[in-house]
Parts: sequence; C-alpha cells; structure tokens
Amino acid sequence: MSHQGTVVPPHPWVPHRAMIRRFCAEIPDVSTLDIRLFDDAERSRFDCQPGQFNMLYVPGVGEAAISVSGPGLEPGDWAHTIRRAGAVTRELTRLPVGATIGLRGPYGRGWPCAAAMERDVLIIAGGIGLAPLRPLVRYFLSNPSAARCVRLLYGSRSPDHLLFAEEIDRWRALGLDVDITVDRASLGWQGNVGVVPMLVDRLHPLDPTRTEVYLCGPEVMMRYTTRALLQRGVEASHIWLSVERNMQCAVGLCGHCQLGPAFVCRDGPVFSYEHVAPLLYTEDL
Amino acid sequence: MTNRVTTTQETKATTDAVRLLPRDRLADLFHALTARGYQVIGPRVDQGAIIYDQLTSVEELPRGWTDEQGPGYYRLKRREDDDAFGYVVGPHSWKRYLFPPLVTLARIERDGEDWHIESQPESPVKRAFLGVRACELAAIAVQDRVFLSQAYVDPIYQARRESVCLIAANCTQAAATCFCTSMDTGPRCRSGFDLAITEIAAGYIVEVGSELGASLAADLPLRPASPEDQADGEAARARAVAQIERTLDTHDIRALLMNNLDHPQWDDVGQRCLSCTNCTMVCPTCFCCSVTEVGDLTEQHIERQRQWDSCFHPDFSYINGGQVRGQVRSRYRQWLTHKLATWIDQFDVSGCVGCGRCITWCPVGIDLTEEVAAIRGNPS
Ligand SMILES: Cc1cc2nc3c(=O)[nH]c(=O)nc-3n(C[C@H](O)[C@H](O)[C@H](O)COP(=O)(O)OP(=O)(O)OC[C@H]3O[C@@H](n4cnc5c(N)ncnc54)[C@H](O)[C@@H]3O)c2cc1C
Ligand code: SF4
Ligand code: SF4
Ligand code: FES
Repeated sequence: MSHQGTVVPPHPWVPHRAMIRRFCAEIPDVSTLDIRLFDDAERSRFDCQPGQFNMLYVPGVGEAAISVSGPGLEPGDWAHTIRRAGAVTRELTRLPVGATIGLRGPYGRGWPCAAAMERDVLIIAGGIGLAPLRPLVRYFLSNPSAARCVRLLYGSRSPDHLLFAEEIDRWRALGLDVDITVDRASLGWQGNVGVVPMLVDRLHPLDPTRTEVYLCGPEVMMRYTTRALLQRGVEASHIWLSVERNMQCAVGLCGHCQLGPAFVCRDGPVFSYEHVAPLLYTEDL
Repeated sequence: MTNRVTTTQETKATTDAVRLLPRDRLADLFHALTARGYQVIGPRVDQGAIIYDQLTSVEELPRGWTDEQGPGYYRLKRREDDDAFGYVVGPHSWKRYLFPPLVTLARIERDGEDWHIESQPESPVKRAFLGVRACELAAIAVQDRVFLSQAYVDPIYQARRESVCLIAANCTQAAATCFCTSMDTGPRCRSGFDLAITEIAAGYIVEVGSELGASLAADLPLRPASPEDQADGEAARARAVAQIERTLDTHDIRALLMNNLDHPQWDDVGQRCLSCTNCTMVCPTCFCCSVTEVGDLTEQHIERQRQWDSCFHPDFSYINGGQVRGQVRSRYRQWLTHKLATWIDQFDVSGCVGCGRCITWCPVGIDLTEEVAAIRGNPS
C-alpha cells in the first residue's frame, strides 16, 4: 500500500516512556539505574555503542544527557550511572524502581573501538568519567584481540569515591592492568595519592608511538592529563576524549552544545584530541 | 490538430513574455491565494514598524510607507507614492511562522504514579508569505539546511515549510544597513519562490517560479508588460542595487575569524555589547532554542515547550554549575563566528544573508560588518 502525502517522521524532541528496573547506589551521590523502554518495537531497535548517551526525562523537571554505562542486568535494559548534580539528576536518582521516566537516544559518536587494533590501549578516567568508559573496558575484556594490551588509569576524590570498585577487582582478576589514585587518602588507604596526570608521568613502560588513549573526566583533569600524555610523546591524533556541553535537543537542532564548528551532540561527544584541542583550549569558546 | 499546436505555442509564448498585474488588481492575487485555502501573511504597520502578520485584505499593506534604517535606528516615513512594497525589512522575519518563537512539543498527563505523553502533529495551516525579499528567500534556504538536511529533521518546521507559498517582492530600494550584495543573496529574487513581483507605477511585474506560481498566475488578470513597464522594472531593481553602500568582505572569512579568536577586538565589542539578545531575535537564520517544562498548578498536566533562545543569554552555555561563556566578549564572539565562519563548516553555507536587521535593532548600534573589518584590518 502506498500512502499519499508526507510521512511524519518520529519527533526527535519527544521522549519515549521507559521504566526504572533496577537501582544501585554506587558511591556518595552516584547511582546506577537500569532503564527499559516500554515499547517493544522501540526496544528491539535500541542499541547503544560505548560512549553514546541518552536524554533521560522526568516530567515536570526536565531532561539530562546521561551516558550509557553498559547493558543492564536483564536483556533490553540499559545501565545509566548518574551523579546528583541538580534538579533532573536529583529526581532521577530519587525515583523508585518501577517508576516511569522518559528516554530518547542513543545519540552521538562514541569511542572509536577499531582505532585500538594492534595498539597499546590506555583508558583514563576521572571521577564519574569512568561510567561512559565502562562499556569500553568490558569490550576490550571480551575481545582480547581488539588491542595489543589494555591498561586502566583511574583517579577519584577519595577512596570512598571509587566508582565500580568491585567490578574493578573483577577486571583485575581477568588480567586488566589497573592503576588507581585518589586526591585525598583516608585511613587504611595504601594506594597512590595524587592526580591522574601523575599516573601518566609514572607509566612504565610506555611506547608512545603505539599508544591509543581513551579519556573522560572533568575538563581540567583532561587538560592536565593530555598535557602529560603529549609530554610522554603520545600523538594527539591517538587521544580520544569525551566533551560535555549544555544540551537541549541532542540532535543538532538547538545550538546549545556548540564548540567551534562542532555540535558536541552530533559530532561528539567523543572527539580526537588533535581536532578538538585548539577549540577546547581557547578561553570560553 | 493544427489548432492544438498553435494553442500550446501561444501558451508558451505568454509564459515567456513579461507580464504585469495592474496596480488596482493586487486584490486578485490575495483572492487567488485565499481561494486556495492560504492564510496570507504579509507586511503591515504596527507600533511604528512594518511587521509580518496575518492579513485580511490588501488594504492592510503598508501603502505609502517606507522605512529609514541605520545602526540602532529605525523610523517609518511617508513615501511620495502609494507603493505597497516600498520598504526594506523590519524587525520580523518569516522565521516566526516556520520556526515559531514558542511551540508545544509534547503534552504529558499524569495518571496516578504513571504518566502518558502525547505529541500531536500540528493541524496543517497553509500560509502564503506575501512580500518575501531576496535575502529572506536566502534565509529560508539557510534554515532549510538546518532543520531539514541533518540526520534528524524538525517535524514542526518541515510541516510548516511544505505547506507554504512564497510570493517574493523584489527590492526597489535598499536600507543603509543592507549588504546582501556582499553575501550574494540579493537584492534580486532569483529562485526559491512561487511568484515574484516587482512593484512599478503601472502595477506588478510578475515572474513565475514554480507550478503553483504558474497556476496562481493563470488566475490573475495579467497583461503583457509594455517596453516602458519593463524598463521601469529594471530601473526599480537597479535602484536597490545602487543604494547598497554597506559591504562585508567575505574573502576567506572562515579562516580570518577562526584564526583570530583571541583578537583584542572581541574585548572591544564586549565592552559595548549589552548582551540584550536583540540581534539574535531579529536574525532570520538564528535557530537556537531551549525546552522548558510548563506545568499547571496541580502538575497533572505538563507541557514541554520549545522557545527561541539566544547565545547571548548567560545561561545558554551553563554546565556543571558555571557558564562556559561567562563574559560578553565570548558570547559576541560565539555569535559572530557562528554566523560567518562555523556555520559554513556545519551547513556549507554562511549563516548571514546580509539583511542588516542585527545592525538596525542593536540598541547600541553594533555593526557586524565593522567588527569584521576591524579584525581584517589588524589581524593578530
Ligand atoms: C554527552 C554527555 C554525557 C553525560 N553523561 C553523564 C553521565 O553518564 N552521568 C552523569 O551523571 N552525568 C552525565 N552528564 C552530565 C549531565 O548531563 C549533567 O550533570 C546534567 O545535565 C545536570 O542536570 P541537572 O538538571 O541535574 O542539573 P542542573 O545544574 O540543575 O542543570 C540544569 C540544566 O543545565 C544543563 N547542564 C548542566 N550541567 C550539564 C552538563 N554537565 N552537561 C550537559 N548539560 C548540563 C542541562 O540542560 C540541565 O538540565 C553528561 C553530559 C553530557 C553532555
Ligand atoms: S547576522 Fe544580521 S545581517 Fe546577517 S542575516 Fe542575521 S540579522 Fe541579517
Ligand atoms: S550585538 Fe547589539 S543587539 Fe546583539 S546582543 Fe549585543 S547589544 Fe544586543
Ligand atoms: S544539543 Fe542541541 S544542537 Fe547539540
């Protein structure tokens, strides 16, 4: 059957109904929600690549861009690890299991996994930045031939703020090299104390020509970390980082997320450092 | 048989010939539009300016009025004749009908703990825009790229755009703020219209730009334009070209601006700019918008509303408890570099069509062509 007239496309601004299926308190102020789309057809089409994000919605409050932190426990569920920052994230993490929220996505370009082929991979996270990198760590663990070797550098505020601590132990058991540092130690902490760039300075061995870096964290942390990486000779074109900007539409239509020529929602959030550095480090761009 | 061939040729000949709608028959065009179900949107005088609004008849057109413009300056003045399209452009643009300043994206009804969301496509209204300038045709083409050419299409814009009829009006004069010739967008309407008219003493020289335009023309009491009429039309259009004084040197402008992001001129303009958002509100291509939740008192019924936003609002760039562009200088730089440079990266076209509105409606008379010239004259 052919139809007359124009086909109305699905409205890119309108969230789909979804359900909070599981709630897991991670560290102070951070929780992981498993979320499932109600609509069967939408759900079967829904697939998120590492580094992509969704817009989560609470009626009466608003939307927030939240990265997918992996598949959920049940097939069809997707995990989102959320730090309480303001109105939307507070409400999202306060709703009970079973509550209906809104979701649209997935959006953006995620981590370029294929760039790791035959290379020494460094995954570097600061704070909540580990959430969007978790699917990437899991990908490398389940695809050992996707890279020559993989190492995780992770920094958090304090030992109490180490996200996914149990899962990191499991990753170690599976053979992942993990270096952790905290800004401030607490009683009983025997690991590194200091900022993430310090872990980069201390890396040994490091073959800069063979290194591929995936980086996510607060913008200052990424700034000093990239500086340390460049000092060690890592090439700018082999550093990938995820950028945050205000987002309203997530589909290139509202203008909010612009960073020079880029729409972070459409062209990012993951960018090559080589391309984004001049923009990121122009004051207030 | 012979007859039919002759008839076809005659039709062809009349299509090619320059035709004129007599001055006192403009209402016929209005009626041809309303007869096809179009709501006519056109210019009329309101509170000392020529705005675009729904018209009920040609009587509402700004006959005998013109506008005088300069940096931070706009006044209506009486014309010596009673031309209906004898002004340039005002504070409105057609954008408000294709990309409305405020629109409801979705309605949410709470149902106990649960809720439902509904997003009805708008009931289609056919609108005819009467008196679209060349720079405005270009601005619509720019917004077509923004809203229709990316992976995600804006359905509100799309539905409105598809049902619009464009009756262009060639400029017969230019304002001191116009620089369409620099942007290669005018003042002559070249394409993208259904009908284009040029207003002369005898009436309206009519050009057909589409099948819809041809069918409208077929309903009008057109007569062949005499050689004098045609000469008048040429002269009227040439007058507009001759009056354009302002220029913007667009040579390699993308690189010029992006290589001068730390130029002292941004500090200079940052001192003058009030960050009032006027320039972005009047600009026919600016598309920035935000979404807000609007609930009734009981919060049972919530609407998600999209409204025009501006990169000059301090909170436009708010993240993580702060503003990326906290200073006016960086907000002006964002606006200008987006218009003239990064728009080209994003949409393969300049975001400026040279209409001059941002110059006229800036309360402190900031002129983007001068800001660019200052950077070009002294690049860092
Ligand atoms: C691509 C991307 C991925 C993200 N992934 C995660 C994640 O996995 N986990 C997580 O906890 N947070 C993530 N964030 C940050 C998260 O979007 C913000 O913390 C959130 O929008 C704050 O909203 P709020 O209403 O709770 O806070 P408020 O401070 O009340 O924010 C008000 C509004 O400002 C904007 N805003 C504020 N902060 C940000 C921000 N950092 N980024 C974008 N818009 C912002 C939003 O429009 C928000 O609705 C991500 C941001 C981006 C851009
Ligand atoms: S930037 Fe100014 S001159 Fe250019 S299209 Fe916008 S309002 Fe017109
Ligand atoms: S340039 Fe002029 S119109 Fe634009 S925000 Fe600044 S003061 Fe307002
Ligand atoms: S979030 Fe709207 S354009 Fe990127």
